Amino acid sequence: MVTIEVNGRELKAKAGDMLIEVTDEAGIDIPRFCYHKKLSISASCRQCLVEVKNAPKPLPACATPVMEGMKVFTRSPLALAAQKGTMEFLLINHPLDCPICDQGGECELQDVAVACGSDASRFVEGKRVVPAKNIGPLIATEMTRCIHCTRCVRFGEEIAGIREMGATGRGEHMVIGTYIEKSIDSELSGNIIDLCPVGALTSKPFRFSARAWELTQVEGVAPHDSVGSNLHLHLRSNKVMRVAPKDNESINECWISDRDRFSYQGLYSDDRLTVPKIKQSGEWQDVTWEVALDMAAAGLQEIGEGEQIATLVSPSSTLEELYLAQKVTRGLGSNNIDYRLRQGDFRLDGAEPAFSWLGLKISEIENLNAALLVGSNTRKEQPILAHNLRKAAVSGAKVHFINPLQLELNYTAGQQLTTPAGMVQSLAAVAKALGATGEGAAAKVIDKAVADDDAKAIASALKDADKAAVMLGNIAAAHPDYSILCVLASVVANASGATFGFLAEAANSVGARLAGAMPHLLPGAKVAAEKGLDVMKLQKLPRKGYLLLGAEPGYDFWDAGLTRNALESADLVVALNTHTSPALEAAADIMLPIAAFAETSGTYVNTAGEWQSFRGAVKPLGEARPAWKVLRVLGNLLDQEDCEYTSSEQVRDELASLCEGVMPDNSVGKTESADLQSAVDGLIRIGDVPPYALDSLVRRASALQQTKDAAPAAICINAEEAKKAGLADCDSAVVTQDGREATLPVSIDANIPDGCVRISAGLAGTETLGAQFGEVTLEKA
Amino acid sequence: MNALTNYFKSLFLLELFRGLGVTGRYLFKRKFTVMYPEEKAPVSPRFRGLHAQRRYPNGEERCIACKLCEATCPALAITIEAEPRDDGSRRTTRYDIDLFKCIFCGYCQESCPVDAIVETRLYEYHFENREDSLMTKAKLLAMGDKYESQIAADLEAQAKHR
Repeated sequence: MVTIEVNGRELKAKAGDMLIEVTDEAGIDIPRFCYHKKLSISASCRQCLVEVKNAPKPLPACATPVMEGMKVFTRSPLALAAQKGTMEFLLINHPLDCPICDQGGECELQDVAVACGSDASRFVEGKRVVPAKNIGPLIATEMTRCIHCTRCVRFGEEIAGIREMGATGRGEHMVIGTYIEKSIDSELSGNIIDLCPVGALTSKPFRFSARAWELTQVEGVAPHDSVGSNLHLHLRSNKVMRVAPKDNESINECWISDRDRFSYQGLYSDDRLTVPKIKQSGEWQDVTWEVALDMAAAGLQEIGEGEQIATLVSPSSTLEELYLAQKVTRGLGSNNIDYRLRQGDFRLDGAEPAFSWLGLKISEIENLNAALLVGSNTRKEQPILAHNLRKAAVSGAKVHFINPLQLELNYTAGQQLTTPAGMVQSLAAVAKALGATGEGAAAKVIDKAVADDDAKAIASALKDADKAAVMLGNIAAAHPDYSILCVLASVVANASGATFGFLAEAANSVGARLAGAMPHLLPGAKVAAEKGLDVMKLQKLPRKGYLLLGAEPGYDFWDAGLTRNALESADLVVALNTHTSPALEAAADIMLPIAAFAETSGTYVNTAGEWQSFRGAVKPLGEARPAWKVLRVLGNLLDQEDCEYTSSEQVRDELASLCEGVMPDNSVGKTESADLQSAVDGLIRIGDVPPYALDSLVRRASALQQTKDAAPAAICINAEEAKKAGLADCDSAVVTQDGREATLPVSIDANIPDGCVRISAGLAGTETLGAQFGEVTLEKA
Repeated sequence: MNALTNYFKSLFLLELFRGLGVTGRYLFKRKFTVMYPEEKAPVSPRFRGLHAQRRYPNGEERCIACKLCEATCPALAITIEAEPRDDGSRRTTRYDIDLFKCIFCGYCQESCPVDAIVETRLYEYHFENREDSLMTKAKLLAMGDKYESQIAADLEAQAKHR
């Protein structure tokens, strides 16, 4: 520790810290543009010049390490003159277009110009003009306004991990751009909007629609991945105008993914459900809430037998909604409730952990020395976790993937590309290389495996590391042999001393377990005496009545075709949804409009087990109501006991008391069945869910849907397999799965292993197909 | 002494005659009563009457939806909504001034960076319906088109004082 003096005030600081870090900590303001706490120091803007005693010239605070006895003056005449001079130079080429600039009113340059600048310009020569560039549907550029702070460039290199932006030219001719004409495709790209101190990079969807001073800021929690990034929602006249990150060092630091930032557009899509509707002789009619709810309650009561009722809930629902959904369902005498709509294998039910989680805190990921990710495309699935993992990898951690897709990563990692059945064998090989035997079915699989060099490399990386983790991702959860993968991953983790964890799919995947939204678990993750049927059985053995909560048939289920058959054969389908779609209209009998993200209060439990509550920011659109209220009234109409909640906090507190003392736990039991459901003779489909097809809201976010990550459905296949099937690039082909057909364009993709064809799920055109992972045949169209 | 003076003043009705003197003086002076509406008083170029929105000589509307007038309006009389126009420029889709709220302070005109919103010399207007009190964008632009030469001349005359 050293002692320095700033403006006569004594401050303690860590030796080697930069001056600006110390003054920021102490709340002493120094103007700056290029300095950002999460980025490297470039000291290029020179706005943070301060006077240091005995230094011949003013020094930049961002690049001056503190030294014992240093005397600093941030507002002395010399410092102010230096700051004023810098400001004058910066403004030479900055256009005076604040009235049409979206940054106007929240612009760092405006603020600093008022604080340190001169009142009139002395510059009479012509200003520089730089043509704006089209860098995609999310970010609008106006490069004339750029002051060359290079924050966006450093963000690309250091945080996003792809050098998408850079500077060309020198001095007056320096231009920030993308080198070649291209869009910015990073999943974190939106953060450069926040980073840009001027209006050079602004949000395209938000463009010109509101001013900073008109907006009200409300806190929220991101609903699209299991990270639970903290958000600031910016509202104007009861409408969400944009979303910005809220700093939370332990979760999302100061970043959010593009999905969390731009998904709000889906709130105002044309197919938003705004009135309760009932289907009468095939025609949809708008009705009042009373009529719709009475009809739903009467219909559910008419079914009579509890086990004929099934409740399928989206894991993006809030904790309160999930708790009330299971309460209503169990009140009807049924344990048939499930949130695992995209899980592909349920053989582990009962032996799998009740309160599964990441296994460590989100902020601990960056300290890992080795990691093995099985069936995970974290970079697109949980971008913030991937950012943490990248930090670990960049500082030397050995990261390995076992995937049926070759991933485009922004760091060096070992990738084992293999078929779904091969994934099981690869993981078993790692277990064997570690000398583990396993028990039950796992023992059989491990016994058969051959520990090759790849497996040995992964095994030694995990074993040699101080801190290592084995994690299962979304693709693993949708894998038809999830139970075996789960057991094997747990065996590998135990044998190597690594942490075992789950990269949960949705915002409340972990919370759904605590809320008891599972056929064999009661609230508080207690094992139910009577087991209901899992989501797969509920569709294979169709029920008479279905209650859907936030789940869209055709897009949100593992086997879209199976869901359709099950719902069509049912007597009554009550859907609580935010949006409507042709598939939903075909399947449902009653549609109840519910409040979407930002419109309802609630709680999410993120993958690290943290409970985060949020309040409703805006009123639900039209006659939509928060789902917890709808479920509460449904409970009242069904004469259920203890259903008299007046606030969502009351529901949460009741559940919290049931969850007291429940500790996160990833211990996996054993599975007996060792036959590989993923081993097929022909081609197997890899039905991953693209990041912008994840839930109802994202699928309707128009700007996100124009990005590269939102490519339309296609048959992705490698050149060799395409040749075998007689397909060439750009052809379209008919894909047949379980007797159902779809015609899709063919795209040759070297990232797909032999024996596999990638047909992503959740996209328009795939809602007629079958399981996310299942045998398919291809034929030239 | 004081009492004596007052006594005489009231005895001879001095104050009354002094007052009548003023009346008498003005009886023979030039009259300045304006016979409105046949006659009208002269109006200053700074007069703050009914609002108008101006266009550039090429017909392009001046307003760029910066919303400074909305922000500065002390009576919260202005409502603006904006979005990018098809050509990508920043334009209003709605620009309403509620004349029941407006206090004709002229701050909107002061704050406008492009001289789009102005207050004209016009003070003779009325509404017959409640909703007519809303000056919409179309009405404002029509006002501007109609009185452009007068507005331009007034701004010109005032330019050196602003």
